[in-house]
Amino acid sequence: MVKLSINGTVHDVDVEQDTPLLWVLRDVLGMTGTKFGCGVAQCGACTVHLDGTPVRSCQTAVGDVGDMAIVTIEGIGATPAGAKVQKAWMDLQVAQCGYCQSGQIMSAAALLAQTPAPNDADIDAAMAGNICRCGTYVRIREGVKHAASLT
Amino acid sequence: MDKHLSTPGTSRRDVLRGLACGGLLLAVDLPLGRLAVAGENAPAVFAPDAFIRIAGDGTATLIMPQVEMGQGIYTAMTMLIAEELDLPLGAVRLEAAPASDALYGNPIFKIQATGGSTSVRAYWTPMRKAGAAARAMLVEAAAKRWQVAPASCETRDGTVLHTASGRSLPYGDLAAAAARLTPPADPPLKDPKTFRLLGKTQTRLDIEAKGNGSAKYGIDAMPPGVKFATLASCPVPGGKVKSVDDAQARAVPGVRQVVVLDDLVAVVGDHMWAAKKGLDKLAIVWDEGPNATLSTDSLRAAMHEAAKQPGVVVKSEGADAQPGAPGVISASYELPFLAHAPMEPMNCTVHLRPGACDVWTGTQVMTKAQAMAAQAAGLKPEQVTVHNHLLGGGFGRRLEVDMIDKAVRVAAHVDGPVKVVWTREEDIQKAMYRSTYGSWLSAKLENGKPVAWRHTVVGPSVIARWLPPAFTGGIDIDAIDGASDQPYAVGGFHVEYVRHEPQGVPTCFWRGVGPNNTVFSVESFIDRLARETKSDPLEYRRALLGANPRALQVLNTAAERAGWATPLPPAAGGRVGRGICLQTVFGSYLATIAEVAVRDDGEVQVRRLVTAVDCGMVVNPDGVVSQIQGGLVFGLSAALHGQITFEKGRVQQSNFHDYRVVRIDEMPAVEVHLVPSTEAPGGIGEPGTTTVQPAVANAIYAATGVQLTRMPIDRTLLAKGGRT
Repeated sequence: MVKLSINGTVHDVDVEQDTPLLWVLRDVLGMTGTKFGCGVAQCGACTVHLDGTPVRSCQTAVGDVGDMAIVTIEGIGATPAGAKVQKAWMDLQVAQCGYCQSGQIMSAAALLAQTPAPNDADIDAAMAGNICRCGTYVRIREGVKHAASLT
Repeated sequence: MDKHLSTPGTSRRDVLRGLACGGLLLAVDLPLGRLAVAGENAPAVFAPDAFIRIAGDGTATLIMPQVEMGQGIYTAMTMLIAEELDLPLGAVRLEAAPASDALYGNPIFKIQATGGSTSVRAYWTPMRKAGAAARAMLVEAAAKRWQVAPASCETRDGTVLHTASGRSLPYGDLAAAAARLTPPADPPLKDPKTFRLLGKTQTRLDIEAKGNGSAKYGIDAMPPGVKFATLASCPVPGGKVKSVDDAQARAVPGVRQVVVLDDLVAVVGDHMWAAKKGLDKLAIVWDEGPNATLSTDSLRAAMHEAAKQPGVVVKSEGADAQPGAPGVISASYELPFLAHAPMEPMNCTVHLRPGACDVWTGTQVMTKAQAMAAQAAGLKPEQVTVHNHLLGGGFGRRLEVDMIDKAVRVAAHVDGPVKVVWTREEDIQKAMYRSTYGSWLSAKLENGKPVAWRHTVVGPSVIARWLPPAFTGGIDIDAIDGASDQPYAVGGFHVEYVRHEPQGVPTCFWRGVGPNNTVFSVESFIDRLARETKSDPLEYRRALLGANPRALQVLNTAAERAGWATPLPPAAGGRVGRGICLQTVFGSYLATIAEVAVRDDGEVQVRRLVTAVDCGMVVNPDGVVSQIQGGLVFGLSAALHGQITFEKGRVQQSNFHDYRVVRIDEMPAVEVHLVPSTEAPGGIGEPGTTTVQPAVANAIYAATGVQLTRMPIDRTLLAKGGRT
């Protein structure tokens, strides 16, 4: 049995310690906002926060999470940076198919929480791990900057 | 049976008209069949056609025939209906249409398919007519109740108004009465000058759910009791399972079942991780079959061999430019195999039981999905219910139903619902692919201008398999799109098509379809001709566009916005250049100007893409910009990185580390300029993609003097002192 704190709620899940957090979220707990894209930390679709740090949940074994606080796309709106990013994503109509956007928003929220006024190099460094096959990068970049400007 | 419900035939002419000439779409009728709701006992729900439902409580529902895969069609289609029906955009509920070609067939394809950049072209008039007919019936119902002339009534925000008497009724109150009326045959449409929604940017209806994790894709389906499965098909296309040792797989905690079929093995578990671990522990011996020796080289050699054969003549007018004849310039261009790699990997959830089957997935082809599931399950199509979802990217991959076939065949061995999810490796390696294509071009020049032009297109016919009625006379209308109707005045004009199916490799549509090949080759070759005559590539094109004002307009706009007349400043450690692409495919006119910097080691940085677009009348302007932006990135991925290669029958790439797509840190500056137009709407989902490869290749020539004739970019050709 593994104890996980997700978006402020504690869940007891009966899985092997090596099970990636991604599959516990999606298949065991039914929290499908976090997406499977590649399984090898190449695409960023599965990004969640552990104590505020963005991690790829497909490569994060639940046995390694310990008592770190997990925040997913379902809970990121409750954080100041997450709320700004979500608003900016709406304002700029960022999403197309939207499948990668949970991960994009999680990476962007973590960036803004650390770096409130990111420049292009900061954005490249923080967001290059998140692939968008629809090619919304122009708006993702603008969205991060717009989110940074929101009060 | 209602005559409207018969399935209309599709002729090649219909599809050609639809694909090539948006303006003629007015002639394509939408089968406005009624569901079984009309009759003496008029229902409380007003359902004038297959698309609109207005309930007594005023709820308006659009039964959405097209699928949302990021292109914004949920919003655009709703705008079309809401405009003519005078409903606020936010008041319309959407419901994905059930499988029915008769009711929901795309007016261009005649089957229920979303693809080919056709949705707005196909539905611009029919959806507006549907909205206008419903509006007219609601007005008639109100006018009857008030004993006034219908012409004295207006509609606004879901209400019929009679200003003279100050009376008004919401649509919901009129639903039951309107349902007893006969739809008008040809309701008048609004004058575009009075549009309140169309042509004005609206917020995407799907945008909020896509920002908070609540949007549901096929992979998110969770029917009660669902189990999770992943699978391995033979790594060589067409191969079979010879033997499987599953002892270790069954020992993995959470693994419930191993399903061995003729051509694949699936592991079923309590969650994807158990299934995946189990799959990794299987010892499978494959019978690789006849394709075990395939390689990129052998596939390429076969295409070149095919290109030597005479093709089917598509067009033949005037003087010919035979390769090898005096004064004739020739060149050939090639594209590689590509995977689609949508961010949502292939998946399908199935609950199969005696006499019934439920399928949860995201598909571009509802009725094909239903038919495939029925065939795989041994059921009739009407026994299969497809629950369609948002698509986490389509790009043509979800115009195919192989993932549904496989999932249903696995589900036949599983008690209860099972979600079959492909790993990314399976998604890249066991896919259907954009085929290699080749173009062989020749032109004869006199006074610098072409007086004869010959273009031979070599590639498979996806149309022949996917839409057989549209494949006639041996010509694939998609493969030759952009060749037979290229925009320039070139004198004698010969276009041939050589159908060449690559051995063993399953091929399908890929964003940009045939024009990826034809536009790349035509635009590369035009630049080649400009160089032969020492002309500026912009001026050379302009001189050949006298009869094509819309093409000239976008070309001029892009050139002006890109600053073509101003030389590029030199880049530190890099050679710089600009290149042009002009195209007139998908019913839209686009010009893209690319700026590149090429490093001494051959690495290419695309710094800027400027695109001018005339896609006729626009539904949602920001939606158009978004699609072009995204399309450009899709094309840029192909130019910079895209290729699937084969060795010993196996795909050599496996995931995003070796099947690379553009990331944000490789992004150029992107500018999209819409050219106002009152012409019929054109497609916008794909044109951005097809403009990139030629624009970038031409820019690379301007920077380096090296003409790339194959994609993706081969850096070794561009390194200073490298091979040429």
